[in-house]
Amino acid sequence: MRIIALLKDIVDLDELRFDSSTRKPITEGVKHVISELDKRALEAAIRLKEKHGGEVLALSLGGPETKTVMLEALAMGADAAYIVDDEGLRGLDAYGTSKVLAAAIDKIGDYGLILCGEMSLDSLSAQVGLRVAELLGLPMVSYARELELVDDKRLRAVRDLEDVDEVVEVELPAVVSVVREINEPRIPTLMSIMRAKRKPTTMWDASAIGVDPDALKAERAVEILDVEAPLVERKRKIIEGETVEEKVERLVKALIDEGVLGV
Amino acid sequence: MSVLIYSEEPGLRLELLGKGRELADAMDSKLAALQIGNGNPEELIKYGADLVYVAEHPLLEEWSLEPYRSVLLRAVEEASPSVILIGATKRGKELAASLAASLGVGLLTECISLKLEDEKLIAERLTYGGSAIARVASLKKPHIATVPPRVFKRPEPAERTGEVLKLEVEPEKPKAEVVERRGKVREEVGLEEAEVIVAAGRGFKKQEDLKLLEELAEILGAKIGCTRPIAADYGWMKEWIGISGHKVRPKLYIAVGISGTVHHAAGIRDCGIIVAINSDENANIFNLADYGIVGDLYEVLPALTKALKERLKK
Ligand SMILES: Cc1cc2nc3c(=O)[nH]c(=O)nc-3n(C[C@H](O)[C@H](O)[C@H](O)COP(=O)(O)OP(=O)(O)OC[C@H]3O[C@@H](n4cnc5c(N)ncnc54)[C@H](O)[C@@H]3O)c2cc1C
Ligand SMILES: Nc1ncnc2c1ncn2[C@@H]1O[C@H](COP(=O)(O)O)[C@@H](O)[C@H]1O
Repeated sequence: MRIIALLKDIVDLDELRFDSSTRKPITEGVKHVISELDKRALEAAIRLKEKHGGEVLALSLGGPETKTVMLEALAMGADAAYIVDDEGLRGLDAYGTSKVLAAAIDKIGDYGLILCGEMSLDSLSAQVGLRVAELLGLPMVSYARELELVDDKRLRAVRDLEDVDEVVEVELPAVVSVVREINEPRIPTLMSIMRAKRKPTTMWDASAIGVDPDALKAERAVEILDVEAPLVERKRKIIEGETVEEKVERLVKALIDEGVLGV
Repeated sequence: MSVLIYSEEPGLRLELLGKGRELADAMDSKLAALQIGNGNPEELIKYGADLVYVAEHPLLEEWSLEPYRSVLLRAVEEASPSVILIGATKRGKELAASLAASLGVGLLTECISLKLEDEKLIAERLTYGGSAIARVASLKKPHIATVPPRVFKRPEPAERTGEVLKLEVEPEKPKAEVVERRGKVREEVGLEEAEVIVAAGRGFKKQEDLKLLEELAEILGAKIGCTRPIAADYGWMKEWIGISGHKVRPKLYIAVGISGTVHHAAGIRDCGIIVAINSDENANIFNLADYGIVGDLYEVLPALTKALKERLKK
């Protein structure tokens, strides 16, 4: 079976810093990575392939860095990468992104399963999977923590909801979003990184998948007005001391001075 | 024109009514609530609804995306809302995304503020993993937004009048078949209300070691919290703190063996004083803390508990 994993290229959130006066994010120069949850979607796809055969294709609507970022997906075990990148498609909202991804999925064709993350970890918008499912007319299984193929036409998943674990079965093809607990993504070996460079990567612009950037822009449903880090000043004092006892004594004193110990 | 609200969570439903009332008044329009299955529509009116649509059908007895979405679409047809507010539970979030996709409009997820401006719905929501706040605008009607629990205040109930309407529905059949539902034990831990919280991360090697934290908690009269892996991977606790868990605001938060990822940070931003205990001097938690002790929690915790015992004379 052909499995498509939807992978978003995002800035490394652990490296992202904010300008101390404007509190705006400084994205320039920050490393790009695959959104960690999407890596888990890819890992789930690779495990299904290892068990049942087939192929895993990684698909991303990205930017100039995406080709490099997707090398990791290929090194993890994806068989091929598809990257949609077009000047006119940058900065689309979830509505537009989903339309582009659905068009690319259509172009790839012959898929049995589409896997994605519960949400992308930068925007936290949690909707692209459901939108793609709706556009392609496919069933959606959200929040999967376990996945298994019953046969090549049917998938069983455990949905992780707040109050229940819901075991569901669904006819394929379907779209499935995963939660963090589904697996630990593998770390590629040096060998697999070397091999990844020889795996095929297909680059598509808007016209290659038949979408019109101007139309998508005109249909834009959500606009980001601004982004700012909240103002929180922390003292960031490391308590020094010769011994552990000395350190905790100083901490207790500091906490009493702060008035948070109720004494 | 109206505002329409829906959540399957009774408490959240009332919070949505509070915000919904405010938005409806700003537009001089009605506030409608959708109730699926049984419940008390009169209560929703007391809390601010002008109109309650009640939908009942055997297909709606258990949650499934497609039947619920089709009922919500019916309510949208009836109420023709310009704003739809949905509770941001996991079910609410999938429902909202699917509804937005069917209607071909935008969706603002997990909003922490909402207002109307020139026919647009403007919201604040977390972005960049929770490290920043984005101001976003929904440009197309109906505007749809999801709202997490405890963001908006529950309004005061009042003696009001309103209409209860039965919604005739023929829900769409679910596409997935539910084979089994395994209930989970949920704990009401009261983390949001706690004055002092001590929290565990993966620095703890075994579940038994949490005893060290419990002893500290007892001296401080603190509630115990943790990071997501402690709960979701190890199952040592049920509830965690962070972007996908509880957002806490105690006056004192002590993070023990916690690295301080953006996901955890998003849940502790509003704390008074933050203390971090971590053996790695480069751990990011020290950037998020007021006071830090670099050290092994297995040494620091017993010493801290002892020192506090002496000071607080317990
Ligand atoms: C979609 C999504 C949502 C998430 N939501 C949340 C969330 O809401 N809340 C959350 O917490 N996480 C969340 N996470 C997980 C998050 O990314 C991190 O995995 C998690 O916060 C790390 O937890 P930790 O600090 O306990 O573990 P680690 O990152 O493994 O840190 C352990 C720390 O313990 C220290 N340590 C080790 N031994 C000792 C010792 N003997 N003494 C003292 N210190 C020691 C280490 O130096 C290290 O800093 C989410 C992830 C995803 C993908
Ligand atoms: N630009 C993109 N390219 C590929 N997949 C994406 C993209 N944006 C979102 N996704 C997928 O959709 C999921 C949900 O994203 P979101 O709705 O942005 O939170 C992500 O976890 C990805 O799997």
